Amino acid sequence: MAQIDERSVWEKIADQLRSRSMWMLHYCTGCGAVELPPSMTSRFDMERLGMGSMATPRQADILLITGYLSAKTLRRVIYTYEKMADPKYVIGFGSCTINGGIYYDSYSTINRLDYYIPVDLYIAGCMPRPEAILNAFNTLMEMIRKGEANGWKRYKENYEWYKQNQIRSLGEVIVHDEFHE
Amino acid sequence: MTTLATVGRVTAVLLTAFFFGLTFEGLGRKITARIQKRYGPPWYQNFIDVFKTLTKHGWTHGWIFDFGVLMALGGVIATLSFVPLGNLVAFPGLDNFFVIVYLFTVGALGMAMGMVGTGNPWASIGVARALTLMLGYEVPYLIVITTLLFYHKTGNISNIIMAQAQSGQWNIVKFPIGALVALISLQGMLGKEPFEAPIAPAEIASGPMVELSAKYMGLLMLMNTFMEFIEISLFVNFFLGGGTYFVFLLKYFLVWIFAVMVSAVLPRFRIEQAVAFYWTVPILLAFVQAFFVVNGWVF
Repeated sequence: MAQIDERSVWEKIADQLRSRSMWMLHYCTGCGAVELPPSMTSRFDMERLGMGSMATPRQADILLITGYLSAKTLRRVIYTYEKMADPKYVIGFGSCTINGGIYYDSYSTINRLDYYIPVDLYIAGCMPRPEAILNAFNTLMEMIRKGEANGWKRYKENYEWYKQNQIRSLGEVIVHDEFHE
Repeated sequence: MTTLATVGRVTAVLLTAFFFGLTFEGLGRKITARIQKRYGPPWYQNFIDVFKTLTKHGWTHGWIFDFGVLMALGGVIATLSFVPLGNLVAFPGLDNFFVIVYLFTVGALGMAMGMVGTGNPWASIGVARALTLMLGYEVPYLIVITTLLFYHKTGNISNIIMAQAQSGQWNIVKFPIGALVALISLQGMLGKEPFEAPIAPAEIASGPMVELSAKYMGLLMLMNTFMEFIEISLFVNFFLGGGTYFVFLLKYFLVWIFAVMVSAVLPRFRIEQAVAFYWTVPILLAFVQAFFVVNGWVF
């Protein structure tokens, strides 16, 4: 793990820039999406911190996963995560991503997001209030500056382990080229 | 020596567009935020955004995509170096309207080619919409500008600026209807609401930019900034009398803020509504202005 934390001078400068300009992709199939409009609009205004929502995974830096994931949506999350450009950060939002929340014994949802993609930061709560969300973003900015938000490196390092977990849950994880099929 | 001076002037134009273009965009975001009762990002946010995208590790989508991005940025930089910024003219005597229009298509076509080269259907839809919209605003805009060139009997932008300084009247006073048409067309050229259909983020996932990651996104953001700089500079030179370097920048800033404020309060036209609008009201006004000028009814 030692070499994961190592950064050159350029990467330290780059991390300063990355922490001040975080573009987010909302994966809002869960119910947590309802807490995002107040944190974007005039009361909490996340654009102050240089954050904005982006339309596609290619442009985004943060993947924000709000709430529970069924096995079907997990597949899409993995596709989306792998399409994002490095360095990328994942925020697990609400207790459903931590331990399943109220769906802990459901047959069709996953309980722990961290088994399938590396999560840099969790926001606990059901629902977390906008204050908690803004606090989490500040924490993530601090983590990026210190070089601690290196989930994308862990994903590469432990790819076999993540892949096994994904296959165990989904059966197969192949990115279909739907456009050319 | 003259070569060195030309290189110096081109560098000055490009640095002006880079620094003030991005700064004004940041201030525009701030003003949009204030209209929505937010604080908004700092004025230097767009510098951070551009440099951050350059630090990320993205993907290419084949050589035609790479070439398209380079052609877009290169074409726009080439166009920009012919645009006079008030009295800062990189190529004196060559700052002709037709040169600028001719070179401007290089950037636009490079962008269209590169973005279609990603193979993403949203990108193709976005590019198709951008070209359709171009068909809408170019016709009234060209009628007005041709009228202007006919009146001044020259295509040279510096000469038009000088004519305005000599007569002591800006063209916005002499041609109020034409200036209105050009302002409406400018809103479409900038891709701001209500003519935002080509990049509609919530509708077609930001259109042409859909597959852009990392440095490609940064280069296209720069290209967009330079394009805005060219479009607004032309308006300022043609209708607001250019001026010295700093006066020019002040006028530029006012036009830009006006466009931002209009876009902050308006919703979006569908693409066919936008073209139908351009081909009714502005085109009729443009013909009225041309009729006035041809008959010599200029104040």
